[in-house]
Amino acid sequence: MSKSREILLNPIFNDNPIALQILGICSALAVTTNLYPTLLMCIALTAVICLSNLVVSVIRNQIPTNVRMIVQITIIASLVVVVDELLKAYDYENSKTIGVFVALIVTNCIVMGRAEAFAMQNGPWLSFLDGLGNGLGYSLILIVVATIREFLGAGTLFGYEILVLTQNGGWYLGNNYMVLSSSSFLIIGLFIWLLRSWKTEQIEEPEYRVARNNLETKEAGTRV
Amino acid sequence: MFEYYLNLFITAVFIENIALAYFLGMCTFLAISKSIKAAGGLGMAVIVVLTITVPINNFIYLNFLKPGALSWMGIPNSDLEFVGLITYIGIIAAVVQILEMILDKYVPVLYNALGSFLPLITVNCAILGASLFMVERSYTFTESIVYGFGAGAGWALAILALAGVRERLKYADVPEGLQGLGITFITVGLMCFAFMSFGGIIL
Repeated sequence: MSKSREILLNPIFNDNPIALQILGICSALAVTTNLYPTLLMCIALTAVICLSNLVVSVIRNQIPTNVRMIVQITIIASLVVVVDELLKAYDYENSKTIGVFVALIVTNCIVMGRAEAFAMQNGPWLSFLDGLGNGLGYSLILIVVATIREFLGAGTLFGYEILVLTQNGGWYLGNNYMVLSSSSFLIIGLFIWLLRSWKTEQIEEPEYRVARNNLETKEAGTRV
Repeated sequence: MFEYYLNLFITAVFIENIALAYFLGMCTFLAISKSIKAAGGLGMAVIVVLTITVPINNFIYLNFLKPGALSWMGIPNSDLEFVGLITYIGIIAAVVQILEMILDKYVPVLYNALGSFLPLITVNCAILGASLFMVERSYTFTESIVYGFGAGAGWALAILALAGVRERLKYADVPEGLQGLGITFITVGLMCFAFMSFGGIIL
């Protein structure tokens, strides 16, 4: 039981797909202007990754090794088409803004990566949990970024006005940088900094260390 | 006519740079940009694959998938757009696989240079993204060749620039938690900001 718990919870902080594995970043940047579409995107990705892990895991012993990539991609692409059509059917307005990014879940490396690295070796139940865990780890970052961007950029959360903007007669001047997609790079960068200050084992070793202050050592040398 | 295509090319490289304006192919963009050499190899591979796959997908879209495209077969009311996604990704996977085999057999020098990057390209969303944009903007066949090449060149330019910055950044004294990935994110954020200055240009 503890193993499934570990598989489910590990990807959220300890082995986060975005902050540590560098997977699935594209969509994290472009859809996060507002919370609601971000939430839709998270649900779509989590659904696809859970189901693709499940399906790949069920047929893992039947897939020939040399064509496994194409098999995996076909499974993922079929699931994405289903999710995309569902989104178009029930929320057409939002599907127009995030449609391209839902389609791009096909090449989202989290989905491919988990299918290849986990579902090909493990049973269906564990693979499903692994998919769910990674989906949640991805959602965590997206939701943090979207909350910051929507709150500081437009003064709203889920479209409800929290800080009244100056153009609506209030006092808050919206931060236009937060509306631009490039701000999400900055937020993710700072989020990684925060995460790694807490989980210090994730810190990467630098290739070069800056030498200590030369002046001090020289003085120390003359003194000796 | 030449001017029109040149304009399309410049737009694809700078103004609508697929990495820095649309954030596509970010995972490989961040992961393989530690050295200029590797970044150059990957950039070349992306240019080659995009220049081939976008026109092929364009041909298939115009002749098979587009609403009413099957009228030459006697089926005027066809609409196969919903299988577009699977078709494009299938074509991309197949082209990459074939390219790998051809290069291995006939151009071993190029194969050794591109070799390990080619499989990565199948899951690079810049490739699929360019095909999706091509459909969305309804390019003609010639336009799609120029666009594919331009988008690839833009991506390669962006990754080379980032690799250049990161090679210098190695010697910088970065706070511990920001080392590696963290500072790279912030660097790319600033690069995107810089590339936005191309936004107002109309040729």
